[in-house]
Amino acid sequence: MKIQNIILIIAVIALAITPLLIIKPASDGTELFAGADGQAETLITEIRPDYTPWFAPLWEPPSGEIESLLFALQAAIGSGLLFYTIGFFRGRKKAAAVK
Amino acid sequence: MHIMEGFLPVKHAIGWGLASAPFLVYGFKKLSDEMKKDSANRLMLGSAAGFTFILSSLKIPSVTGSCSHPTGTALGAIVFGPGIGFVIGFVVLLFQALLLAHGGLTTIGANTFSMAIVGSLVAYSIFKVGKQLGCNLKVTVFLAACLADLATYCTTSLQLAFAFPDPVSGFVGALVKFMGIFAVTQIPLAISEGLLTVLVLNLLGQHAPDSLKTVLPYTTKEARS
Repeated sequence: MKIQNIILIIAVIALAITPLLIIKPASDGTELFAGADGQAETLITEIRPDYTPWFAPLWEPPSGEIESLLFALQAAIGSGLLFYTIGFFRGRKKAAAVK
Repeated sequence: MHIMEGFLPVKHAIGWGLASAPFLVYGFKKLSDEMKKDSANRLMLGSAAGFTFILSSLKIPSVTGSCSHPTGTALGAIVFGPGIGFVIGFVVLLFQALLLAHGGLTTIGANTFSMAIVGSLVAYSIFKVGKQLGCNLKVTVFLAACLADLATYCTTSLQLAFAFPDPVSGFVGALVKFMGIFAVTQIPLAISEGLLTVLVLNLLGQHAPDSLKTVLPYTTKEARS
């Protein structure tokens, strides 16, 4: 099980790193590794140049730094929940084994 | 898969909102049932939500030269059934719409439909069928999570092509273009999502409460050995 988990982690890391190594910057200067959501937004304005969004976000992160702060916060909350639970069950099982 | 705020025509925004509503009502009812069970069960619910929070915040580079993110909805749907997946996906999308200007309130119906509803239903069905057929459970979990992730992005492409058909090539032409952005980029990420879901179920399963062991019998067998 342990070896299997390590292999799984390595495979995920390899899948994320491979594109960084094989994709070379485009000569026309288009941004590399832009978000797919943003690309779809651009495509919408290409298909329908007259389309104007009819609603704006109530609040937008004032800078890229603040945005990355909030994304990190999202991941941190998630990790807290997930790993607290794994730790809790692990500890409970160990305690039961001692008794 | 986030359709940005205001980027769906009013009729579509309302339509997808109405389409998602009954699924969410069902999901919140399921959630209140699950919350009444023991504290171990509530912790498991928290961990499934946590997994979705983590995965949907990670923008990972793909072979197409763009970035996208996994969804993480399969775990909750596999362990607790699709209803819980609906709610978890919706909560994450609400968090991102309000705090990150990622997705939006007018598009939350459409985004909930693709990520929370289609994703959970695909994951749950594949897992159920695989388990019924006696397939290897880890492979089944991998396929369920991987295909749920891909199905989410295909749904987003369909939604956008439906709202913005190409003036020349029509719905199909627009669909091909949106799929080009979403679906192809998503393939390696969907594989990652499948692998990570297997990993987390391995970790949870090793020490898990009995509730998880009825869903995933492989965890008991391996814990003994």
